[in-house]
Amino acid sequence: MSEVRQTSRRATLSARLGPRTVGLATAIGVIVLIEILIRIGIINRFIVPLPSQIVGALPRIIAEENVLHRFAQTMEELLWASLLLALTGIALGALLYRFRLLRAACETWVAALAAAPIVLMYPLFLVIFGRSATTIIMIGFAAGLAPVILKTLEGLTRTRQVLIDVGRSFRLTPAQEFRKILLPAALPSIFVGLRLGLIFAMINIVGVEFLINFGGLGQLINELAERYDLPATYGAICFVILASIVFFDITGRLERWLRPNE
Amino acid sequence: MRRSSGTSSWRAVALLRIAIIATVALAWEMLAASGLLFRDVVPSLGVIGSAVVRLLGDEGFYRNLLITVGEIAAALAIGGLAGVGVGILLGANRFLSRAYESLIYYLGPTPKIIFFPVLIMWFGVGSGSKIAMGVLSCFFPIAISAAAGMRQIDPTLIRVGRSFRASIGQMIGKVYLPAMREPIVNGVRLGLGVAIIGTLLAETKLSNRGIGYLIIQAYATFDMPRMYALLIVLFTLAIGANAMLGGLARTSSLVPVSASTRMPVQ
Repeated sequence: MSEVRQTSRRATLSARLGPRTVGLATAIGVIVLIEILIRIGIINRFIVPLPSQIVGALPRIIAEENVLHRFAQTMEELLWASLLLALTGIALGALLYRFRLLRAACETWVAALAAAPIVLMYPLFLVIFGRSATTIIMIGFAAGLAPVILKTLEGLTRTRQVLIDVGRSFRLTPAQEFRKILLPAALPSIFVGLRLGLIFAMINIVGVEFLINFGGLGQLINELAERYDLPATYGAICFVILASIVFFDITGRLERWLRPNE
Repeated sequence: MRRSSGTSSWRAVALLRIAIIATVALAWEMLAASGLLFRDVVPSLGVIGSAVVRLLGDEGFYRNLLITVGEIAAALAIGGLAGVGVGILLGANRFLSRAYESLIYYLGPTPKIIFFPVLIMWFGVGSGSKIAMGVLSCFFPIAISAAAGMRQIDPTLIRVGRSFRASIGQMIGKVYLPAMREPIVNGVRLGLGVAIIGTLLAETKLSNRGIGYLIIQAYATFDMPRMYALLIVLFTLAIGANAMLGGLARTSSLVPVSASTRMPVQ
């Protein structure tokens, strides 16, 4: 019996690993093909640098361009934005939950805000906050706010009535009811919202850094491109993509850990 | 009875909305008059209103709007076709999906604007690089939605198509696409949102025409009323287009996709 299970497990493992290997092999194959096409002159090497050159530029980006320091700078901006997001977003979501009339009046507005291209307001933020980290943090905050509010509201609304009734039978004050019953019950949904908000914030923070040429990783790409240092530009782009993939993956794992039943 | 309570609550909501808007407007006017911020940063509502009217009467605005709309339409056409094609392939074939879908899934929520310097080198400083930016932005949400949509097609429909010996083109045109209408419309809706962002951000970075250029130009000349007017018109158009596509998706389904739960892709 256990042998059968083991073989079937091995079979599913290989069924899963097979395609992954093919995916990885394709990526490597494409990179090798580009290298060859550049070397034989079909792709212009002044437009696309050799992949081997890009790999060669990576130590230079780390040592000379302080990429790790810039990464920390971007992360610091993200941290401030996420603090603002958590405090304001959860509070506003709870406010809309508490006052039904307010919710009826404002929920569609918040949903419309989620669809609005907020990052395009960055020149306005530049005028108000100057060319500073504050502008970048505020854009990240504004871009991620709507999902946090909506998901907090959704989580609080979906709290099981029986839990609320238990709290009432213990005569909890509204503040106690919120802290001990509503908030813990809504936490998984709030985290989904926070993760969405954080990802929006991260995308917009790096984007605005690039656009206003200020701050961490985004500015690095802008500077390298303006210096026409092609291998380093491509290398820095790869670094940012990798960093955001890792960020996306870690927050995804956290989210699954928080809501294992779904 | 129920009807009257419904009407009264509707009236209360409307009143509250008017009260909120009035409060915000009042606070804005007070801030504009207070001089706490530089005078031009918060112009009074009357100034902004007349700037909107001036903008809408300006022929140059429509010329630039047409350019931006054309770029976004081209981006959506190219990225949409590519996204739907890739989505159908990934949704139809388990092996391909396992091999490549995680690539799309992970590349989706990365900041696309950082590719702009590269796109300028590939497609030039004109409309080409803006369209490419839009394509890069909208491809991912559309491909992900189309792949998910392909997987939720009722297998009976596919079997019926096969039993009629439909060719691949007929299968796509007569079975797959009609059955996937709702997820595709929703994907296009998300794609449109990020294509607008991608194209306009590219225009603000390096361009000499388009709405993004007008916005950054208003910033450079510190014409704040005009910048507010541009942003108001742009947001109205973007939210309106989104709501229209949302309505289109809803006609085929009773369950709308919530804007808050969309994949963050840009």
